[in-house]
Amino acid sequence: MKSEILHERISDLIASTSSSLPADVERALRRSLRAEEKGSSAAVVLRTILDNVALARKGRVPLCQDTGTLAFYIDAALRRRVTPSVIKKAVALATERGLLRRNCIDSVTGRSYDDNCADGAPVIHYVDWQEPGRVTLVLKGGGSENMSRQYSLPDASIGAGRDLEGVRRCVLDAVQKTQGFGCAPGILGVCIGGDRATGYEVAKEQLLRPLDEKSGGAKDAQLRRLERSLLKEANSLGVGPMGLGGKTTLLGVKIAARPRVPASFFVTVAYMCWACRRGSLTV
Amino acid sequence: MIEIGYPFYRRKICALKAGDAVSISGMIHTGRDRFHKFFADGGKIPVDFRDGALYHCGPVCVREGGGWRVVSAGPTTSVRENPYEPAFIESSGVRIIIGKGGMDSATLAAMRRRGCIYVQAVGGAGALYAASVRRVAGVDLMDEFGAAEACWHFEVEVFRGVVAMDAHGRSLFADVAASSSARLAAALG
Repeated sequence: MKSEILHERISDLIASTSSSLPADVERALRRSLRAEEKGSSAAVVLRTILDNVALARKGRVPLCQDTGTLAFYIDAALRRRVTPSVIKKAVALATERGLLRRNCIDSVTGRSYDDNCADGAPVIHYVDWQEPGRVTLVLKGGGSENMSRQYSLPDASIGAGRDLEGVRRCVLDAVQKTQGFGCAPGILGVCIGGDRATGYEVAKEQLLRPLDEKSGGAKDAQLRRLERSLLKEANSLGVGPMGLGGKTTLLGVKIAARPRVPASFFVTVAYMCWACRRGSLTV
Repeated sequence: MIEIGYPFYRRKICALKAGDAVSISGMIHTGRDRFHKFFADGGKIPVDFRDGALYHCGPVCVREGGGWRVVSAGPTTSVRENPYEPAFIESSGVRIIIGKGGMDSATLAAMRRRGCIYVQAVGGAGALYAASVRRVAGVDLMDEFGAAEACWHFEVEVFRGVVAMDAHGRSLFADVAASSSARLAAALG
């Protein structure tokens, strides 16, 4: 495929990702709405979210004005075809078409990169775990990114030791501290272990997993159980949509583990808002 | 859903309670970070906020046929205006603050004194709120602050939100933070 067509296709992927919420997330929001009491704050917020989702999809406009950080996860075999320059051309085009806000600021000078392209923006990962020929994009807004956190165990303030009970305590503490500020109901990506950098990286990668996985969740049976029980426990805290109270605080919890060195035990929690915008195409 | 329309008289506003779902119609004005700093520095506020509504919002608007079209107009986080809002409420006579995330106890106290409420709009719902703007009646402080921080005058219809802080000193945010903290403590034993 010529790069001309390729960057057009990737620009279309950006457009659809920005304007159309994934079906699994929308289904989870609908299920949540049915579970909340009629006329409650929670129900009003969820109804408003769902109406917004429908309107953005129909009008092909960004469903949230914060079009976020763009992160591409690309099958490493495509490294020579889907190059950073092709990606940047696509991002500049999508920005010009009004599907992305001017959202990229130089951290030293404060000036805006009006085409959303700079050294390091968008974020591009060439990975070996993608399906062949796959390009996946995630848009993550600043409000939710600000709510991600990392714990170093043991943490006496929450009674968290270096075991799965300690992990549970970290995750529930993170949910309570976040309240509605990350635009709840959110989705958590969690990484147990790793170093600080891979902890955040792997936690964020978990947000690529669909909410209703056929496999039932994480590969490891213990982690699968933990995903289910933590979702239930987090929702019992009663934070609710936008933090106004209710039964729906999270739509999903996705956990992975990485080896650690004896001296470190990190638990990293990546918070994603309800506007979990992810999309893929196959080249 | 309780419908409220401009002008937002004190009697109407004080009848609302934290947790009430509301649908706002009529004129509202945007103001965010630079607007509040400008006010605090003694700048002249270009519109009369008496019995009016202030919206913490940095909209995306495009010029169209001599006027404006609102593309996206969701709420921005309100806590940044905490240092300025009590004085603004006291001096402007504003009745409704719309934003997201809630505001501090000093703001809540000013709301109680003057008869003002805080309405939580839904974060991320930029497309829907843009669609609720029937007309852009004008814009002030555009040259000074730029489009995202200017004071826009929107005529809205069925702008949905939830009263999260009422004029009687109750804040849903404070309630939920306290109850979730107690539940967490119970869960962690």
